[in-house]
Amino acid sequence: MLTINNLHATVADKPILKGLSLTINAGEIHAIMGPNGAGKSTLGYTLGGRPGYEVTGGSVDFDGADLLAFEPHERAAAGLFLGFQYPVEIPGVSFVQFLRESANAQRTQRGEAPLSGGEFLKLAKEKAGLLRMDMDMLKRPVNVGFSGGEKKRAEMVQMGILDPKLAILDETDSGLDIDALRICGEGINAIMRKPDKAVLLITHYQRLLDYVKPDFVHVLAGGRIVRTGGPELALELEEQGYEAVA
Amino acid sequence: MSEIAALPTRKSEDFRYSDIEALSGVWPVAREEIVLADGEERALQIVEDGAAAVARHLVITLGAGARCDLRILTAGPVFGRVAVDVQLGKGADFTLGAAQLATGSETLEIVTEVLHAEPDATSRQTVRTVLAGHATGTYLGRVAVARGADGTDAAQSVRAMLLDRTATANARPELEIYADDVKAAHGCAVGELDANGLFYLQSRGLTPPQAKRLMLQAFIAEAFTGAADEDALSAAAIARLEAIL
Repeated sequence: MLTINNLHATVADKPILKGLSLTINAGEIHAIMGPNGAGKSTLGYTLGGRPGYEVTGGSVDFDGADLLAFEPHERAAAGLFLGFQYPVEIPGVSFVQFLRESANAQRTQRGEAPLSGGEFLKLAKEKAGLLRMDMDMLKRPVNVGFSGGEKKRAEMVQMGILDPKLAILDETDSGLDIDALRICGEGINAIMRKPDKAVLLITHYQRLLDYVKPDFVHVLAGGRIVRTGGPELALELEEQGYEAVA
Repeated sequence: MSEIAALPTRKSEDFRYSDIEALSGVWPVAREEIVLADGEERALQIVEDGAAAVARHLVITLGAGARCDLRILTAGPVFGRVAVDVQLGKGADFTLGAAQLATGSETLEIVTEVLHAEPDATSRQTVRTVLAGHATGTYLGRVAVARGADGTDAAQSVRAMLLDRTATANARPELEIYADDVKAAHGCAVGELDANGLFYLQSRGLTPPQAKRLMLQAFIAEAFTGAADEDALSAAAIARLEAIL
């Protein structure tokens, strides 16, 4: 589904990703772990197409298409979802309006018929329920006044509504208490653990992986993947730290 | 205030940022006198969405306890000027919510003069300006509180959004206070759309114009909140935004 080959990227002319390669197949869940400053978030933003994250070498193939040639909204329509570490507050715009327009913008780009108001609300209600989020919260302005945990749950609701092929989740576990961590973990499983979907979890800690069991764990350090293993690698990292393992 | 017969020049503070050439085509501007009796309530709405130059001059007098809610949308004219002079009686209340949207080389301006002549009156002015291309958008707002007009509460909230670095926003909120017990607040900001927010919206599938339109819709909504015809005003503003983007 996703093939990253020798990816190099800079932020403000500073090289961050230095030859990163990674292949993710449909049906797989991958976790990328690594110390601060390793380039984990840069990987997420670069794949999402954030301005300021400049690709200086390498390639990214997403379902047979050159992902890097796409604008951010085209990447979303192609089936990529980026879960933000720090979801952005948009005062004055309600979640419901934002998500309905987003879902329909994607459908329009894919040549599909837009969802009616009723169809959308039914879908939103179902996905909010998965994340134990009250629909009233989705009538509020995007992320405004939400706690850290609510923002992350709202990200997962968005993922459920937009129904991507590949989700890149950047530190979805940060800022979550134990209950919210479990709810988010279960949400990720319910929405994304399917034969035709894949997930790339970016995280510092092992704890989210208790709920979302990865098929592969990678260690990112110095802008490259320096080690790959199974779920046991995450436990090893947790015990021994990055310096010993990577 | 008597009508100025001669065409003003840019030396006049009230016309400093004006498009005098365009103004000459609609000069002189007729004064539209509106008088609200004691306790009277009225909602007024001005929508200037044609392409031709237009200038309006409203002179509103509010009696004791009268309430006036004025909403303005200027979106489309090559030159659009709305001047509003307000005089507030005791305990009167004046609300202005205005949005001006301009692109190309359009020049739009809102010029207000609100006089708190008697005690205990309130005035709220909310002005939102969106400018693209080489457009100029101006708000000149003077609030005067007369001697003895204690208990006055006057607020001005003025914000402009520049979509291109070539556009120009002018904002000059002014306070002239001769009373002691007065609450007066003014906030003024000129900015650009938040790049983080735009990327966030685009990462969910919105095209760049859709993402901008959504953020700008929220930005100007504050000018129309609570208006009798809020939906129609918003719809007209969104239509113009879509044309600008």
